[in-house]
Amino acid sequence: MADLTCKIAGVKSPNPFWLASAPPTDKAYNVIRAFKAGWGGVVWKTLGEDPPVVNVSSRYGAVEYNGQRMMGFNNIELISDRPLALNLEEIKAVKKEWPDRALIVSLMVPCNELSWKNILKKVEETNADGVELNFGCPHGMSERGMGSAVGQVPEYIEMVTRWCKTHTQMPVFVKLTPNISDIRKPARAAKAGGADAISLINTINSITRVDLDQMAPEPVVDGKGTHGGYCGPAVKPIALNMVSEISRDPATRGMAISGIGGISNWRDAAEFMALGSTSVQVCTAAMHYGFKIVDDMIEGLSHWMDEKKYRKLSDFVGAATPNTTDWQYLNLNFKTIAKIDQTKCIGCGLCYIACEDTSHQSISVKAQNRKNIFEVIEEECVGCNLCAHVCPVQDCITMIPQESKKPYLNWTEHPNNPQSKI
Amino acid sequence: MGEPGALSPKQLEENFCKDIHPPLNLNQASIEASRCYFCYDAPCIKACPTEINIPSFIRKISTGNLKGAAIDILSENIFGGACARVCPVETLCEEGCVRNTAEDKPVAIGLLQRHATDWLFEKKIQPFERKNLKQKRIAVVGAGPAGLSCAHRLAVLGYDVIVFEAKKKLGGLNEYGLAPYKMVNDFAQKEIAFILEVGGIKVELEKEFGRDFSMAELRKEFEAVFLGVGLSGVNALKLESENMPGVLNAVDFISDLRQTKNLSAVALGKRVVVIGGGSTAIDIAVESKRLGASSVTLVYRRGFSEMKATSVEIEFAQNNGVLIETWARAKKLIGNSKGISSVEFERTQSGSSEIFTLPCDTLFKAIGQILIPEKLGDVKEFLEITNGRILVNDERRTTLKNVFAGGDCVNGGKLTVVSVQDGKVAAEAIHKELS
Repeated sequence: MADLTCKIAGVKSPNPFWLASAPPTDKAYNVIRAFKAGWGGVVWKTLGEDPPVVNVSSRYGAVEYNGQRMMGFNNIELISDRPLALNLEEIKAVKKEWPDRALIVSLMVPCNELSWKNILKKVEETNADGVELNFGCPHGMSERGMGSAVGQVPEYIEMVTRWCKTHTQMPVFVKLTPNISDIRKPARAAKAGGADAISLINTINSITRVDLDQMAPEPVVDGKGTHGGYCGPAVKPIALNMVSEISRDPATRGMAISGIGGISNWRDAAEFMALGSTSVQVCTAAMHYGFKIVDDMIEGLSHWMDEKKYRKLSDFVGAATPNTTDWQYLNLNFKTIAKIDQTKCIGCGLCYIACEDTSHQSISVKAQNRKNIFEVIEEECVGCNLCAHVCPVQDCITMIPQESKKPYLNWTEHPNNPQSKI
Repeated sequence: MGEPGALSPKQLEENFCKDIHPPLNLNQASIEASRCYFCYDAPCIKACPTEINIPSFIRKISTGNLKGAAIDILSENIFGGACARVCPVETLCEEGCVRNTAEDKPVAIGLLQRHATDWLFEKKIQPFERKNLKQKRIAVVGAGPAGLSCAHRLAVLGYDVIVFEAKKKLGGLNEYGLAPYKMVNDFAQKEIAFILEVGGIKVELEKEFGRDFSMAELRKEFEAVFLGVGLSGVNALKLESENMPGVLNAVDFISDLRQTKNLSAVALGKRVVVIGGGSTAIDIAVESKRLGASSVTLVYRRGFSEMKATSVEIEFAQNNGVLIETWARAKKLIGNSKGISSVEFERTQSGSSEIFTLPCDTLFKAIGQILIPEKLGDVKEFLEITNGRILVNDERRTTLKNVFAGGDCVNGGKLTVVSVQDGKVAAEAIHKELS
């Protein structure tokens, strides 16, 4: 049985599955339900200074794709709209009742040292395990100079992180915004400021859809809408890349990462971890299906680790990082070719039309007994994988790496490259 | 014949006025539409006699473009609403669906087709209009699916159409030949009203060949003639005493039942035997059961796999309590002047000499219909009719110039959707001829 215990920046939890700072972690009632369901930790919804913020009614937008609800999801909710003292009181009580779970407190206050110093002192009194600096929210709070307004300026990140490290002994997680062109810059700034860990990604600036009757973006608040923070399964690829960029950047290599972004199941979590996340944080999937999903996350990860003979999380955390490289180092002599298993083919022709219309015309069609037979023209196939992706049947089209007599050759060495060294 | 009133009016209404395949709601339609793979060169299209672009209309349903979906359907098959309800999809489009191969569950194309067409009818949208009016008159004889399909296409193409129908109502077998539970709420007439709404189609009811007009007259008065006259005769068992009381033609009973306003007044025996293996046999057997017959046995001369009825229809009959006896042929009808009392059957498998008797008070013959040329006035003087079918080519041209034919009278009795296609193809051929 695999050991799922997790330790990140000194914070321990029985498993790596945490709930991200968001509506599901707004108050004791929800957090206790989450712990009862088995979540390893939570990041409490962001606290700010009193008086609390005020939220609007109608807060979420969603992207449905081909019948799948909430493929993407966005929100325009602000930080906790409850009094600071009430949140702190509940945090303290919950931590006392659930000492084995990670309880991190997310914070967002104005960009001055005194504000951070004051709130850190109050959080320390709750015995929470750490704080997470919310430099990420792209809506509402950023208009007031907080959230992503800080996260988009590496110098501010470094400055605020340093203040926090100066004024508290608690581990400091810095949560990064993806609304920036190069994620490595804010990560380096967090490191320079002394951050113990970084959490990413926060939500992506977005408009999920436009209500074509009201002619307003969703969610519509009294006839008007605004941009909100995008999350859910649709953002996972963006988050994975950002996590990997940081974990393979020599300047931040080895930095503890709490991965966030569209994680819905154990497999997603394992992918984030393979690229360097030590723990993972979940929100949208829990908001979609409730806290029970953690059951399968724990069990699925554990069974997969057993199968792969990983005994503890650190056995595979970052295992895919060395295999993530720049395009220029990919082997140009590698060749893979699509193969269609005729016994599995159902004759939908999606591979054919995709290749014919949009790729390399490498699939032939011929009618046989009133059924279309599709075959790969191997000489034409460039191994792009498109057919394998569009094929609706599991394992019907597979990519077969071809044996090559040619040695490894990357772009830096290629004769077509004007800058080639050879 | 037995006494009416075996079942309560409420039960009868439940049995006959309730849709056997209820429509999909919006949610079901959206889930089902998302199952379509949008195949290239889709097999479902090839499996549809009217060649509806099925992946296209399903995609339109999934994007909320229901009007576009309905137009896709109706422009290939103006009876798309009826066909969505009565087509044996398991042997047509849904049999072609690639989802059968991997998971044994095709996309519910028929129900999706109904979803789109129902939407259009509910919204009272008329997507067709007549263009390039031609001042040319075409006669259509027979207002069944073939005739009205032809008439509609011709009207849209700009021709003036006169439809002659022998019966009191339009619709042919859609009106007179369907089991009520297959098409509820008078849908046949609503659909016809929609078809006629386009304009340019004049209807002459209760007009018969021979009595009210002749082929010679039609040829003189009209630029072209389409015959969709159906089949007026019924095959006989060719046994003695076939005329004794209680021995009935299934099609006549089905027609009467369909037109009755009071199901409680329909008289039917307690013990019913049906002879035949097609859709009509299934329909009459199930209708008998649903009317309250205590036992209904359907007897077919060959095996299940040879039956014209589809496996879904057979299962439907069995689920309704119909017993099916295969490999047996009626040998002797037993009874007296008061009526039939039993039928003697013999086994048809080689080597079997078993004889068995089924007691009954009603025997339905459902062994196919035939064309009776004598009932078509002077038609037989002009056209070649072989094996009870009017001879036509691929364009539905008869052997006589500018005379076309389609539907059951050219194929001996096939599906509604085949008749609709015949009418459509003939209309295009007429248009080609007259342009």
